[in-house]
Amino acid sequence: MNKQESLSKVLYIDLAKRHFYKEIRDDLFGKYIGGAGVALQLLKEECPQGIDPYSPENPIIFSVGHLTGLFPMASKTVAMFKSPHTGNLGESHAGGRSAISIRMAGYGAIVIKGASVRPCYVAIHGDKVYFRDASTLWGMKSSITAGRFIRAKESSSGFRTIMRIGPAGEKMLPFSCVTTETFRHFGRLGLGAVFGSKKLKAVVVSGKRSLPVSEMKEYSKLYDLIFKTATESPLMKKYHEIGTPMNVLALNMSNGLPTRNLKEGTFESAEKISGEKIAEGYLGKRLACAHCPVACIHIAALREPYHDEPFFYKTTMIGYDYELLYAVGSMLGGSDVDGLLKILDRIEAYGLDCMSTGVVLAWMTEAMERGIISEKETNGLRLNWGDYPSYIEAVKMMVEQQNDFYKALSRGVDYVSSVYGGQDFALSFGGNEMPGYHTGPAAHAGWLAGARHSHLDNAGYAVDKKLMLNKELLPDELADAIIAEEIWRQILSSLVICFFAREIYTPQIVLEAMKISGLELTEEKLGRVAEEIYAEKYRFKIREGFSFNKLRIPKRIFETPSSAGLIDENYLHSLLNSIEQKINARL
Amino acid sequence: MRLEVVDAEKCVGCQSCMFACTRIHKDTGLSKTCIGIRSAGGMQRGFMVITCIACEDPPCARVCPENALLVRKVGGVLLKKEKCIGCGTCVKACIINAIFWDEDNNKPLICFYCGYCAKYCPYGVIELRKTDIEIEKGMGVQHE
Repeated sequence: MNKQESLSKVLYIDLAKRHFYKEIRDDLFGKYIGGAGVALQLLKEECPQGIDPYSPENPIIFSVGHLTGLFPMASKTVAMFKSPHTGNLGESHAGGRSAISIRMAGYGAIVIKGASVRPCYVAIHGDKVYFRDASTLWGMKSSITAGRFIRAKESSSGFRTIMRIGPAGEKMLPFSCVTTETFRHFGRLGLGAVFGSKKLKAVVVSGKRSLPVSEMKEYSKLYDLIFKTATESPLMKKYHEIGTPMNVLALNMSNGLPTRNLKEGTFESAEKISGEKIAEGYLGKRLACAHCPVACIHIAALREPYHDEPFFYKTTMIGYDYELLYAVGSMLGGSDVDGLLKILDRIEAYGLDCMSTGVVLAWMTEAMERGIISEKETNGLRLNWGDYPSYIEAVKMMVEQQNDFYKALSRGVDYVSSVYGGQDFALSFGGNEMPGYHTGPAAHAGWLAGARHSHLDNAGYAVDKKLMLNKELLPDELADAIIAEEIWRQILSSLVICFFAREIYTPQIVLEAMKISGLELTEEKLGRVAEEIYAEKYRFKIREGFSFNKLRIPKRIFETPSSAGLIDENYLHSLLNSIEQKINARL
Repeated sequence: MRLEVVDAEKCVGCQSCMFACTRIHKDTGLSKTCIGIRSAGGMQRGFMVITCIACEDPPCARVCPENALLVRKVGGVLLKKEKCIGCGTCVKACIINAIFWDEDNNKPLICFYCGYCAKYCPYGVIELRKTDIEIEKGMGVQHE
């Protein structure tokens, strides 16, 4: 076995100089594990304070972890950059084959610096890096088509990842995403726009190699235990049968399904867009990330006739999950599944973050309803809840940046409402559009305070469940629960373990797996590392101007009853104050 | 005995089989896999499961200049490592690309039908099945 292949090798790529080099960074991978922990340090090293996220100096960092390629479900790549959407810490995770390919190519992290003069894509095949011209791919209407050409051009099928952007990223729309393996995304916070600013169409990574383990027998034993739990225990069932879309009905029942721009918390047509119904009528295929047997990726098959040509049909495969069904389903009051799938397909082709897209469209609909904006701003388009053809048209005009309004819209609800009004119902938190959980104060506090303003930071919605059971909980207790979860997730995301597998990867299993992969820590030390990574994130955020005082809380969340009842404004403020104090105490 | 792809349509692309195959070779990662899962033209098209299907008259064995590939009576081929010169001619001869390459040793990697990978397929895509393959003798290659 070739044991020299260490995780500590970092590949640096300079797009301006078409130059690459490698460095062994045992210092980082020893102290900060990998994934989020290491990516953050590389970001601190490479990203000068206060830079414009679109400047060539903004680095793109990808990082994976010690367990990647060794154990199942350590299959995420962490991307870090300065976010053009929030102007602060950009952190986004994606699976597909990205993590395995990076590790198999021989790297623990990849840093992409500078900007290319003309459109390019970078192909990393093991030790070699190729700078390929992408002028011909630039401007293609669909990221799916561009992906197909790259797929045909590059070698190593089955051992590679193709991470690419669509027209939205090329045009630097601040919430554009990077898509990998057609259906997985670095969705949130605008990595696609940073690619676009560097004229970087795609990054291909491939490789195939051995990884070091301390002891083969122990390794196989632990592998089998994890694999068995993943495939046979009920822990993962919810992810692989109906999948996350199971949440539609569950949240709807508890009043937590944001509907029509959160004017309501229940959707009368939730049944129609439920995971159960879509599985019944549309589920066409299930897919998995590399090295994850769970296969949580649900793909719908949509068969559509061509109206101008008899007996001519097309069948499109479209990825869906809970957040998408919320963002362009209930949030837009839409119950026509065909229409819903069509807009998802367009969003995929443009390479936009679907959650932000849904929320900006919901804001736009309500703003029209209230007369804040009219057809004058929207280029003659009238939006009504659930009207997908108009929504598809609106997304098109936004991507084409047709006028000042659509330009403002593409910058998110925070910005567009600062220009046109309607801040009270502009549902963004820390500059990032809301996820689909109106479960109570902990969810909202979690997004406001979380390092990347995502529901995945600290799972506030799960904390809200405690509140639903016990109304007497003090803000301080909720704050502790939110922070404890976010701190533990620093370990999971530094080992790039999928959060869906968090119940399998208990601290004990994590420590055992780390030991076999060559990093032996005690539970206490692991806790300290988690605390340190957590604190480092806030140090970076504060360096870049984050402050709890600047957080805007949309009034709407206090007007619509949540799963935990009407959210009390004072309670939420106390909760945030408590979180702020607890974070400050750690810095 | 051969490894049979029962239903490639059920393949989710998790590649657990590829990792398993490497482990049975006492290695880790994907360096030693003899089975390949690749998309059939993008993930939306599903997957191809690529592994040795135990041809009755295997071209890989026929083209080997050193007769390093022995055709097994039970199906498939066996690599005589000491005879192999690492020329890669067998790889080119396999039109389904089922011969993988061991970069560390510069020799081909070919499925030997242990069935270990099938144990890690959660969806029953691959199975180890006993089949009676009558192999004609006297095709210019050595037999086991």
